[in-house]
This record gives sequence, C-alpha cells and structure tokens, in this order.
Amino acid sequence: MRRLEIILSRLVWFIPTLFGLVFVVFFISNVIPTDPARIIAGENATEAQVQALRAEMGLDQPLYVQFGRYVADLATGDLGKSLYTQRAISEDLLHRLPATLELTMAAMVVAIGLGVPLGVISAVKRNSMIDQTLRVLSVSGLAVASFWLAMELQMYFSTKLGWTPLNGRIAGWGPEEITGFYLLDSLLTGDWASFWDTLHHMLLPAITLALPAAATLVRFTRAGVLEVINSNFVLYERAMGFPTTLITWKYVLRNALISTVTQIGLIFGSLFAGAVVVEAVFDWPGLGTYAVQSILQSDTKAILGFSIIVGVVFIGVNLLVDIIHTFIDPRTLK
Amino acid sequence: MTDALLTVEGLSLGFRGDGGFAHILDGANMTMKRGEIMGLVGESGCGKTTLASAILGVLPRHALEVRGGRIRFDGIDMLDAGQAAQQQAVRGRRVTFIPQDPFTSLNPVFTIGQQIEELMKWKSPRRPVGPSRAPTLLTPYPRARRRADREKIMEMLNLVQLPRPEQLLKKYPHEVSGGQRQRLMIAMALLPDPDLIIADEPTTALDVTIQAQILGLLRNLANDRGVAVMLTTHDLGSAYEICDRITVMYAGQDVEAAPVAEFFNRPTHPYTAKLLASLPEGGGGMTGIPGELPSFYAPPPGCRFQTRCDRATEACRIRPAPDLAGPAHVVRCAHPLFQTTPATPLKEVQA
Repeated sequence: MRRLEIILSRLVWFIPTLFGLVFVVFFISNVIPTDPARIIAGENATEAQVQALRAEMGLDQPLYVQFGRYVADLATGDLGKSLYTQRAISEDLLHRLPATLELTMAAMVVAIGLGVPLGVISAVKRNSMIDQTLRVLSVSGLAVASFWLAMELQMYFSTKLGWTPLNGRIAGWGPEEITGFYLLDSLLTGDWASFWDTLHHMLLPAITLALPAAATLVRFTRAGVLEVINSNFVLYERAMGFPTTLITWKYVLRNALISTVTQIGLIFGSLFAGAVVVEAVFDWPGLGTYAVQSILQSDTKAILGFSIIVGVVFIGVNLLVDIIHTFIDPRTLK
Repeated sequence: MTDALLTVEGLSLGFRGDGGFAHILDGANMTMKRGEIMGLVGESGCGKTTLASAILGVLPRHALEVRGGRIRFDGIDMLDAGQAAQQQAVRGRRVTFIPQDPFTSLNPVFTIGQQIEELMKWKSPRRPVGPSRAPTLLTPYPRARRRADREKIMEMLNLVQLPRPEQLLKKYPHEVSGGQRQRLMIAMALLPDPDLIIADEPTTALDVTIQAQILGLLRNLANDRGVAVMLTTHDLGSAYEICDRITVMYAGQDVEAAPVAEFFNRPTHPYTAKLLASLPEGGGGMTGIPGELPSFYAPPPGCRFQTRCDRATEACRIRPAPDLAGPAHVVRCAHPLFQTTPATPLKEVQA
C-alpha cells in the first residue's frame, strides 16, 4: 500500500515537472534568432508573403499567446507540424522512438553488465593492480568524446577488419513491424536473420554509447561497495563464516546497488540524450538523427518536440527508479 | 589442560598506520574449557574486541601484522592461512558470534527470515560436512533439510522468547526493537549447535533494563547445551552475574585469570584490585584509576600497567611469567597483592 502511495505521489509530480520542462524549452528555443516563416517561404518570397505566412503560423502573436497555444495543442498530443517532413512531429517522433530506445537499452545492458561487476571487483581488490587499471580506464572512459570513439571503432572494426557494418540499423527493410523494436519484432516473428543482423548493426553504436556510462557505473559501484563492505553486518556475516563470494555478490552488492540504481536512472537519461551524437555518426534512424536534422534546418517545433520526448523519457525512467527503490530498499517503505 | 577448547598463546599483533605500528595485543594468553562461561574483562581499548575479532578472523587484513603467538580451536590453527578452509568451516558452525551492536549487525535489505535461513543453509548442524560441488551462488538448499532447519528455527525463536516468530521472520531488521534483535542474534548464535559462542559486549547497545534479561537468557541457554561462551565486557557487575571464570586484560596483555569467586575475593594483580575498587559503591563513592592507557605506538616494555601502578619497580620492565595465586588462579605480576607460586610452565603441561 505504501508502495502505491509513493508511486502516486511521484505521478502527481509528473505534470508540473513536464510543464516546467515545456516552459523552459519553449522560451529557450525562441531565443534563437530564426524565422521559420522566412525559411518556409523561400529565398524569393516577398516581404508581404512572409508576413502572411507568419500570420498563418501564428508567429505574429506575442510569445505568451504562442506558448498558450502550444501547451493547449500539447495537451491533445499535437506537437505541431514539421517544417520539412510536413508530417505531424508527434508521428515522426513516435516512429523513430523505438530505434533510439532500443539502442539506449542495449547500451544500458552493456553498461550495467560491464560496469557493475567491474566496480565490485575494483572495490574488493582495492589498491591492487586491477583496481588501479580500472580506475585509470574509467576516468579515461569518461573523458573520451563519443564521436571520436565512434569513428575510431568504425575505422578499426568496420573499415579495417570488416567485422561490423559501418552504419545503419539493419540491411534491407527490417522485420515485420509490430512494436518498432527490431530485436523484439524479429523474435516475435521468428525472423532470425533480421535478429542477428540488427544485433550486428547495433554492436558498435551500443558500445560507443555504453562505455562512458560503464565508466560512471564502475566508479559508483566501487564507492558503494566500499561503503558497505566495512559495515557491521558484513563483519557479522564474515565472522559467521558465510562464503566470501556470497557475501560480496549477494549481501554487499544488494546494498551497494541502492545508490547505483539512482545512478542508472540518471545515466539512462543521459544516454538517451547522448544518442544524438552517436546516432548521427552511425546514421542510426532514431530520434537523434531527427534532432540533428531539425537543428540544421532550424525546425524549431521539431526540436521542441524532441526535447519534450527526451524529458518525458527522463521523468519516466526516474519514476521507474523510485519504484525499483521500494523493492530493493525496504526502508523506503517505512 | 586436555579439555581446553580454545587457547590463545602469546598472541602479539597490531596494525601499521600513519603513526607507525600500533601494538594492540602484546603476548595475550587465554584459555577456555568446554562449557564454561568466561568473561574477558577490561577497559575500552584493552584489546578485548581485537582478540575476539582475531579468533573470528575478521581483523582488517590490509594493515594487520601478526608478530607471534597462536590461536588454537580444537586443534585448528585459527591464524594459519594454510588452514583457511577449516577455519571457514568452523566459523559460524562450531564457533559463533554475538555482535556488540544488534542494530547494525543485520543486513538491512533482507528479511530476518531470509538471513536466518541463509545461516542455516550453510551452517546447520544437519548439513553434511565437506565443501559442496555447486558454485556458491547456485548451491541448493535441499528441501528436507530446509524443513528440518525451519522447525529448529521456530523452536529456537520460542526459546529466546521472541513473540510471534512467524511474523517476525517476514520482517526487516529495522522493524524490530533492539532487545528483540539481540535475542535474534542469540538465537542465530545457538542454531548451528556450536561449541563456543563469542559474545562481544552483547548488551552495551541495549537499555539497562534489558541487559540483565539478555545475559540471563544467554547464560541459561548456553548452560543447558554445554556451550562455552567467551563474553567480552567492561561491566564487572554482569561478568560476576553470569561468568564461571574471568580473564582481565590491560592494554593488550592478560594480567589475571581466575574463577569468579576467587577473582572478586582475592584480586591479586594491582590492576584488578584497582578495577574492582573503581566500581561505584552503595555509599556513592567512586574512585578511578589515575593516569591513562599507554600509547599503543610506544608502549612501555614489560608489564604495560607499570605507568599507572603504585607498586611498579624496575622489575616490571620485563613481562612477568604466569604465577599461581590459588588453584586455577593465574596472575602475571612482579609485585602481587597476595602470595603466589610459579605456575608450571605451559610447555610441560602440554607434553
């Protein structure tokens, strides 16, 4: 019951948080001195034509009126029309969302699978060679620019060794679409060729995205484990002769994960946003490439829509983290 | 000496730190017989907890330096790294532990039931000896044994007078009071059917009203089962109530060991006498022991009490050999308060 209460109270905050986000993003995007009407009207348009277009698009209204209209539209799920694709932005975004989510989740799996165990090992063997090496690697992992890493990986594994595809999400049309998540769809339809091909394409971008995240996780897990490892209950478990492996990987890790999970939530958000760069390099047909195109084309509303969807995912993930917390730390339910 | 369950002989150890080598235990000796309750008494910082931790193998390894001495539990060398497997098998099974602070000694994110079951999965007396072949994290808990263990758990929770054990097992540690948690720790210490329980100041974290109950409970259950208990405490009153024998430590050295009646009637080491005299009396008078514990970084050679002892002479600069002040009453002092005779050297007894 207490869990439901926590979830509801977080959900209540969802709307005001989202409103704050829209507010900030809307006004920031209007600070940029571009005139969508002029861009649409084209280079040869007369001033009168541009003015007419502005009136038609509502751009002649004061900013607060534009904001009011935007929010009213947003409430019905309408994010406006893209200047370039001439389709509803919400449709464009929803169509591309699965590609990005799939990539981000894959990166998350790699980051957790790599970061958490290495963090534990680093802490258990603190100040050993392994620990020192991991610490240097994790600092450099954080310092590396993802576009540079992406291109290095491409050059080595795709161009030189030819092991992985250079870019794209899949060769050909992809599996029959059900959810838009290719891995899931190909599994559902039993299309193994597509499954492996998707995985093959996903490898490099996922690793590029995952490495800095894994580095953060190594550091957080290490710190968490070190904090727990000296607590009295670990001393008790050791004094009572519990197997060391059990103490480390069950009893210590479970406690250390409490703070790591918070971090995982934040990392997921930053991975989602960080996908912009990685998607651009690997030509991954997700939200990131869409955002890059929109920015290059001064498509303000599309950028706004992108920012909002990133925000929604971020808020959603943090809600999820709060829920997971109630499961792994019973004290939150007190 | 043949019935000695645990012997600590000349144990010297300490920790390397920024200030140099902290020499915590300096030739500490201690013997425990089967089934006896032995109080290890001394002020805070005298090395009681360090000694207990050494037996349990939980001293911080990275800074630890053992300079000499042995800990033997029923033939097993508890310090020899070569016998790590035997030590691990003994700990939690034949030697169990009651921690000082029941509030932080249970894992906060697992239920009490999960933790007791885990203990029994590995340390139940019904568990076949020898290492299991499955990897640790995948080791199964056979259903038949689980059921038998479960029965014993319920029985034991009743014995330590925990109300409604069924519900208790479903709770998390933070949902249970301190007194109940310490009863739980006692239950967990008894469940593996041990030969020895090491109780490290098991009542200091509890209310005074509960302390007596907990100690009484521990004494009764240990006596019924013939389990030896090593109780470290700085509270002479409770040591008097429940112990068969008392060993006094000062600054990492054992100074006197005697049966409880002997101990209180004929304290022979000046430190013991002062310790007893410093107990608050009915009239409200209180006397302390002037001076402070010597520094562990630069302790005086020989008897470490010499810096605070009014009988100290040049002779105290060499650690006195054990003398007998009565039957089974061992004292290490160059200037004892009662007449002593040299004890038979340890080696001859063993031969």
